[in-house]
Amino acid sequence: MTREELQSRISEIAPMATAIEGGEWLNMDVAPADWKNVAKLVRHTAGLDMDYLFCLTCVDWKTHLTMVYHLTSTTHRQTVVFKVKLDREKAEVDTVCDIWRTAEFHEREVFELFGVDFKGHPDLRKLILPDDWQGFPLRKDYEDPINMIKL
Amino acid sequence: MFSLENITNLVSTWLYANLDPTWALVVQFVIVGVLVISLFSILGLVLIMMERRVAAWMQLRLGPNRVGPRGYFQTVADTLKLIVKEGMTPDGADKFLFNLAPFIVMIVSMVIMAPLMFAKGFQIWDVNIGVFFITAVSSVSVIGILMAGWASNNKYSLLGAMRSGAQIVSYELSAGLAILTIVVFSGSLQVSTIVESQADGWWLLKGHVPAVISFVIFIIAVTAETNRAPFDLAEAESELTAGFHTEYSGMKFALFFLAEYVNIFVVCAVGATLYLGGWMPFHIGNWTSFNQVMDYIPSSAWFFGKTFFLIFVIMWFRWTFPRLRIDQLLNLEWKYLLPISLFNLLLATVIAIMGLHF
Amino acid sequence: MLQDVIEAGNGDMIVNVGPQHPATHGVLHLVITIHGETIKKVEPHLGYIHRSIEKMCESLTYRQFIYVTSRMDYLSSHINNHACALLTEKALQIEVPERAQYIRVIMDELTRLASHQLWWGAMAMDIGALTPFFLAFREREMINDIMEETCGARLTMNYMVPGGVMFDIHPNFVQKVKEFNAHFKQKIDEYDELLTGNIIFQNRMKGVGVLSKEDAISFGCTGPTARASGVSCDIRKLFPYEVYDKVSFKECMATEGDSFARYVVRLEEMKESMRIIDQLIDNIPEGEIQGKTKAVLKPPKGEFYTRVETARGELGVYVVSEGATTPYRIKFRSPGFSNLSALDHIARGQKLGDLVAMMGTLDLVIPDIDR
Repeated sequence: MTREELQSRISEIAPMATAIEGGEWLNMDVAPADWKNVAKLVRHTAGLDMDYLFCLTCVDWKTHLTMVYHLTSTTHRQTVVFKVKLDREKAEVDTVCDIWRTAEFHEREVFELFGVDFKGHPDLRKLILPDDWQGFPLRKDYEDPINMIKL
Repeated sequence: MFSLENITNLVSTWLYANLDPTWALVVQFVIVGVLVISLFSILGLVLIMMERRVAAWMQLRLGPNRVGPRGYFQTVADTLKLIVKEGMTPDGADKFLFNLAPFIVMIVSMVIMAPLMFAKGFQIWDVNIGVFFITAVSSVSVIGILMAGWASNNKYSLLGAMRSGAQIVSYELSAGLAILTIVVFSGSLQVSTIVESQADGWWLLKGHVPAVISFVIFIIAVTAETNRAPFDLAEAESELTAGFHTEYSGMKFALFFLAEYVNIFVVCAVGATLYLGGWMPFHIGNWTSFNQVMDYIPSSAWFFGKTFFLIFVIMWFRWTFPRLRIDQLLNLEWKYLLPISLFNLLLATVIAIMGLHF
Repeated sequence: MLQDVIEAGNGDMIVNVGPQHPATHGVLHLVITIHGETIKKVEPHLGYIHRSIEKMCESLTYRQFIYVTSRMDYLSSHINNHACALLTEKALQIEVPERAQYIRVIMDELTRLASHQLWWGAMAMDIGALTPFFLAFREREMINDIMEETCGARLTMNYMVPGGVMFDIHPNFVQKVKEFNAHFKQKIDEYDELLTGNIIFQNRMKGVGVLSKEDAISFGCTGPTARASGVSCDIRKLFPYEVYDKVSFKECMATEGDSFARYVVRLEEMKESMRIIDQLIDNIPEGEIQGKTKAVLKPPKGEFYTRVETARGELGVYVVSEGATTPYRIKFRSPGFSNLSALDHIARGQKLGDLVAMMGTLDLVIPDIDR
């Protein structure tokens, strides 16, 4: 499936996702409220079957956070990248770990490093950092005078 | 010809000639005690050295080669280190049981030595229920292990001890039944009689099928009883760090360690006595001159040679096989070894009743 | 100790496996709930070796950050470096000379072999056989010597630069690699004799820790772990990079998804790696070892994603560039992290001893998980 075909197919079943120009793969923008629905649709629609979430991460753009989901299908081999823009102060998005189970660990990682709250996550605790850690290390404004070495 | 029997007789006659009979007996006790304790420590050193050499040989490496000539004093140095190390007792441990456990394990392995026949006429106590004594006393060591695991107040220790308990109790059945096969053939529980019955050929080589089967079962069962790999679930260092002796350090740990090796020696000595003729030299039918040459080798050399051969076999197992899982271990015993050994005993009994054995 | 058993009320016991434990091969901390010997729950606690490499890379240039990644999955450090070098090359469209491509692939495969050998030995040690470890190290030592001669290091080679490799290969390289290949072809049968055919080993591995195909995909498992469950996920086949499209090799697959399948897949992979090396080693073309690059690398604004097949699975590098000399955000999609997440799922209901075997066959490398 070419990029255009994939784009029209996804727009057909999930009109709330809008395509973004550029990038190696098809990039689509989704509002946080719609994300869960879009995820379910691309996962379960025949012909798309995006069953493999191979990268889940977050980018801090200083004004907002962007969740980035790289999805691919192990049967059709087409890749799509979904981006969900989140408010920096109140970062909240629905969890997708009931759709792709790998998201459970990746979301926990993003939760502690970026401070994104995944609604509906069964076990949203700190995975890597100590339980009493303050702040979100991978955010751009994070300061740690002891552990961080400034160049 | 060199014989330990002559020496013991000489010492005995000299003692009774020069001392009051009571004192002579006391001196004999002291001598025996000193001998057993020194044998215990020497065996520990030698067997640990041997284990490390065998392991190194099988694993394409050199093994100990730094302390003393060709590394032969390595175990001595290790023991010295363990003696001077602090023997810590964990805070939450049951201190009395924790400190008692290694001694129970050690004493058991010492006591089993009593009926062993180390050479012709060289035996501490030729009790008429010798084999029974060995099986009975060896099962006490599980109490020491359970004690150690329980008193350590450590989950790994507890798991290890429970595994060990299940394992030793199960495998004792097979080991006992395997021993009984030979008892049925030789018609005695006394160690010296069993050895005598093999004067014309070892039980393993006489061609009795039940004897061969029981030998295989015996080796498997005693490997399990001494908690050696592939049945080392009680220690299972990759699962339970060190199993029942996780919390032990210094000399208390060393006692467990030594006891393990002395136990191996004891079970292999029992195996050698029952199946390989104890101190009896290797004879072939009517080859008189060959048999005479064999007779010139001292009986103690025969006994230790056979024992160390079996020890080598058990070490060979350890460095070859992966470990079993606990359910597989118990399956092996209760579903395979026990029925086979029961049937085997039945077969042996039938043969003995029909008088077909020789 | 008994307090928490009593509190749980149902005979469950919570055991901490790690952070210091012989079977976790590093500082992995598993909190397991067991009932007798049966595992009810496995809960990984990470972070004991978390260095936040992603944050570190944000302040390093595109030339520098490659070498930090050696410390991620230290057993396939060369392949990690490869992923980063590929990323920079993709972003700046740098041509890599053919000679460098050949060298890179041969080194990749040698690294994979070394990693799988260590895995083989360590996994055997986990299930109680100690001898395989030394056999595996006998061969691994040869690879390390080859590495040392060419790169100057045995483990963290740091041999990659954007656009090629750092130095040319050592004059002995070709001969030594051939010697190693000939040697290992004979010795790999020894591996089978000692372990694969062993009845105890097979009983320990077969039917244990079964990961179904659907679960493997859902958990994001990659590499031999997923291929043992029948998921075709070899990046070298699906998205060939460097000269992987020129060599013929088989994607090793199994369908059972149990520990034994994972074991067999890895052993097969070693044989395939040797085949790849065989095809390439005689044909290393002459020429440059580095493409032309500018002194300061400034990729254009945008997002870049590259992936390579490490010994453990798919390593993805996701970079957000703002056109500066340092990446704005970098994310390593490490194979171990996803593979570990499946551990709880496959371990439930199994015995304690099997947990160790499963961890062994998942081939967890803790710095790779923690990054």
